[in-house]
Amino acid sequence: MSRATTPTTPPTATTASATPPAGGPRQSLSPPLLLLGVAGLGLLLLPLTALVLRTPWGRVAGLLADPAIGSALRLSLVSSLAALTLATVLGVPLALVFARYDFPGKNLLRALAVLPMVLPPVVGGVGLLLAFGRRGLVGQPLAALTGMTIPFTGVAVVLAATFVSMPFLLVTVEAGLRMLDHRYEDAAATLGAGRWTTFRRVTLPLVLPSLTAGMALCWARALGEFGATITFAGNLPGRTQTMPLAVYLELERDPEAAYLLSLILLAVSVAVLVALRDRFLTRR
Amino acid sequence: MSLHAHVGCRVGDLDLDVSLDVGDGEVVAVLGPNGAGKTTLLRAIAGLQPLRAGRIRLHGETLEDPAAGVCRPAAQRGVGVVFQDHLLFPHLSVRDNVAFGLRSRGAGKAQARAAAAAWLERTGLAGHANVKPGALSGGQAQRVALARAIACDPALLLLDEPMAALDVETRQSVRRELHRHLDAFTGPCVLVTHEPLEAIALADRLLILEGGRVVQEGPAAEVARRPRSDWVARLVGVNLYRGVAAGHEVSLPDGSRLVSAESGEGEVFAVVHPRAVAIYSEQPHGSPRNTWQGTVRVIDLRGDHVRVHVDGPPPIVAQVTPAGLADLSLTEGAPAWVSVKATEVDLFPG
Amino acid sequence: MTRAPAFRGVLGLALLLTACGTASEPEAAHSPSGAGSSREGLAGELSVFAAASLADAFEDIADAFEAAHPDVRVRANVAGSHTLARQIHEGASADVFASSSVEQMAVVEQAGNVADAPEVFAVNRLAIAVELGNPRDIGGLAGLAHPDLIVVLPAPEVPAGAYARQALDAAGVALTPASLAYDVRAALATVMLGEADAALVYASDVVAADGRVEGVDIAPEDNVTATYPIAPLAGAANPEAAQAFVAFVHGPQAQAILADHGFTSP
Repeated sequence: MSRATTPTTPPTATTASATPPAGGPRQSLSPPLLLLGVAGLGLLLLPLTALVLRTPWGRVAGLLADPAIGSALRLSLVSSLAALTLATVLGVPLALVFARYDFPGKNLLRALAVLPMVLPPVVGGVGLLLAFGRRGLVGQPLAALTGMTIPFTGVAVVLAATFVSMPFLLVTVEAGLRMLDHRYEDAAATLGAGRWTTFRRVTLPLVLPSLTAGMALCWARALGEFGATITFAGNLPGRTQTMPLAVYLELERDPEAAYLLSLILLAVSVAVLVALRDRFLTRR
Repeated sequence: MSLHAHVGCRVGDLDLDVSLDVGDGEVVAVLGPNGAGKTTLLRAIAGLQPLRAGRIRLHGETLEDPAAGVCRPAAQRGVGVVFQDHLLFPHLSVRDNVAFGLRSRGAGKAQARAAAAAWLERTGLAGHANVKPGALSGGQAQRVALARAIACDPALLLLDEPMAALDVETRQSVRRELHRHLDAFTGPCVLVTHEPLEAIALADRLLILEGGRVVQEGPAAEVARRPRSDWVARLVGVNLYRGVAAGHEVSLPDGSRLVSAESGEGEVFAVVHPRAVAIYSEQPHGSPRNTWQGTVRVIDLRGDHVRVHVDGPPPIVAQVTPAGLADLSLTEGAPAWVSVKATEVDLFPG
Repeated sequence: MTRAPAFRGVLGLALLLTACGTASEPEAAHSPSGAGSSREGLAGELSVFAAASLADAFEDIADAFEAAHPDVRVRANVAGSHTLARQIHEGASADVFASSSVEQMAVVEQAGNVADAPEVFAVNRLAIAVELGNPRDIGGLAGLAHPDLIVVLPAPEVPAGAYARQALDAAGVALTPASLAYDVRAALATVMLGEADAALVYASDVVAADGRVEGVDIAPEDNVTATYPIAPLAGAANPEAAQAFVAFVHGPQAQAILADHGFTSP
């Protein structure tokens, strides 16, 4: 009896469940592999371990009670989530365009769209100023028309975070869409589904693992953003001072407090990433 | 006539220009070699491939007419399609797959699911309603795909090689079920296949497509008896010649001649069934008007019969029994004589 | 998380690493002629840790010093005084420390890291940096409190920020800045870019902007004085050159350079 197989090459479509996911390794771990693995882990974990060991745990309660810290944390969470939302709303349609359509200049545009990933964040911040600052290409007419300026506001924090983190989402989702068999969408059309219904009930669910991974990366990057934020949004406790900025400045004044703040930020990030771990690693 | 389609489109190297008329309740099978344009034809009718020229009308309504600027999107054509690899949505259960079309057209969730459940009962797959397509066998998946397409009561049914991905045993059972559904279906149906048995079993009419053009059309028996292209001839398994007839004699392009009991004038096709070809290892004595010497090119053993391909003026395929082959002690490359009675040469206008 | 362009800080950390390696052998880089006890024989490298606001002035002073002592190479590590004090504390190899705050120098002194008692060599005052032409017509500290203005202050964690707060409080001006810049030069930059209407910076910073901003004086009774002490350090690798440099800074040539850059003499 022949087994039904889906016509695509997953990761986004289900695989025939006749073959279980790859089991354990068949050979024992070779010494060079083990050594390299340990070295890699060491590089990643030693700084974190040192941070944990040198943190003045006794001061946790006091620091958390400090309203400036609370507001920095709140601001970080709110602005990173806002950036994630904006990046998703703008990034998913853009990913669709890049994945499905061809037009002149597409490759160049695509390369430019992911440029913020490789740009030093401060350079990104300068660019944002030049575009949206009071004298900026867009900012100047905006200020003239509405009297609104963007730098030094919460909006600027969100824009800076979105600028640096959106490419992560874009790249991941576009890759997921490319691997999706577009004949599923043909099938949906013949069953009477319009474009929005097809996107909502067929494309989106099938691309969900890539989308989730992209959103996790995007959010993590937005949360940790520093260079573009301090350049474009400035630093004001309660309004634009996010956790990374607070940590940096605290380092000047009270290094031990800075260690603790770093750990808080770390703990929040790890918690979310662990919660999403299953989505990263397992296929639907 | 319910479906009137004149499809003109260009996809890559393929230039398709096909006219197709199918009546209500009629099943037309489209056959042809790979690259002939069969799938493109179906996609064009379904609305997945835009026309460059031509017109598609279904039940009196114009679905597409590039000259008049009319193009109804696929989602609004009411065309049900069963794809070659079923294309069931992997993330939805079997029941939700079948209910998909109904829900897309506005039915409520519960209502659509109930209707889907009824269809699954009808096809004997009710037990798999909550399963994901990945857990189904090939035959089951294709039956669900059929149910999914028919559940939304389409005006036209298109099937693109529905059994190509299945193994032989499964094909038979799916074919039986398909036959049942097609009998019950009141609208026109177009079935693409490259399996002649399938076409003959399921279709009322055949349409042979080659290189984007229709080369032959008609009831299955007619096409098999009077193939008009090498491909069909090979498919059906007969010897086909094109030549110019003058009375009972047919002159072939390579200079050889065939004599037929029938008479004809002008361009004709001549068909000789391999069973009617007598083959000898020496020149025979006797009266067959069509006798010539050739060289054995290939001896093709096919279980209970043998096909011997003989090069000659003209080349011909003879069919003998294994015992007969043994008697003749023929070998590849050796000379052989063939003869055909005039009564076994069928002529029809070319 | 990405770092701000505190390259000076990074340089300091690099020096820290080399200090760890050479901590056990504080050899002075003597000239081949032996222990250089005379001025003319000064040679080797001289590591000067200077506060951020001294950056431009000390570049010129270092050039002048090298011109007078061709065999000496001056390497300046410029950063916030806090950062420098911390680096010295953690063992960075430095010969001279010039701080923008008496407090930070005291920290270093109390840890026993100075070779001689620190002495003030320059004084800085605060000024208001505004766009050329003073389009918003800002007259003094009180004018900064106008609600329509975008004003940037240095962050309170750096000395200039503390002085700025002090001056504003003393003048009774209630000001909510748009941003607290991580150092004084960053505050200045916001005015240069046109993003801020005014920034509170040092007078020397206005000079350093080289005509790209205009300075508005603060009334002397409201203004705050930043005093800059300098001292040779105890763990110096080149103590002779260190002493000579400190003396040079107090001398007429360096003082003239400091005046050119907007500092005043103590």
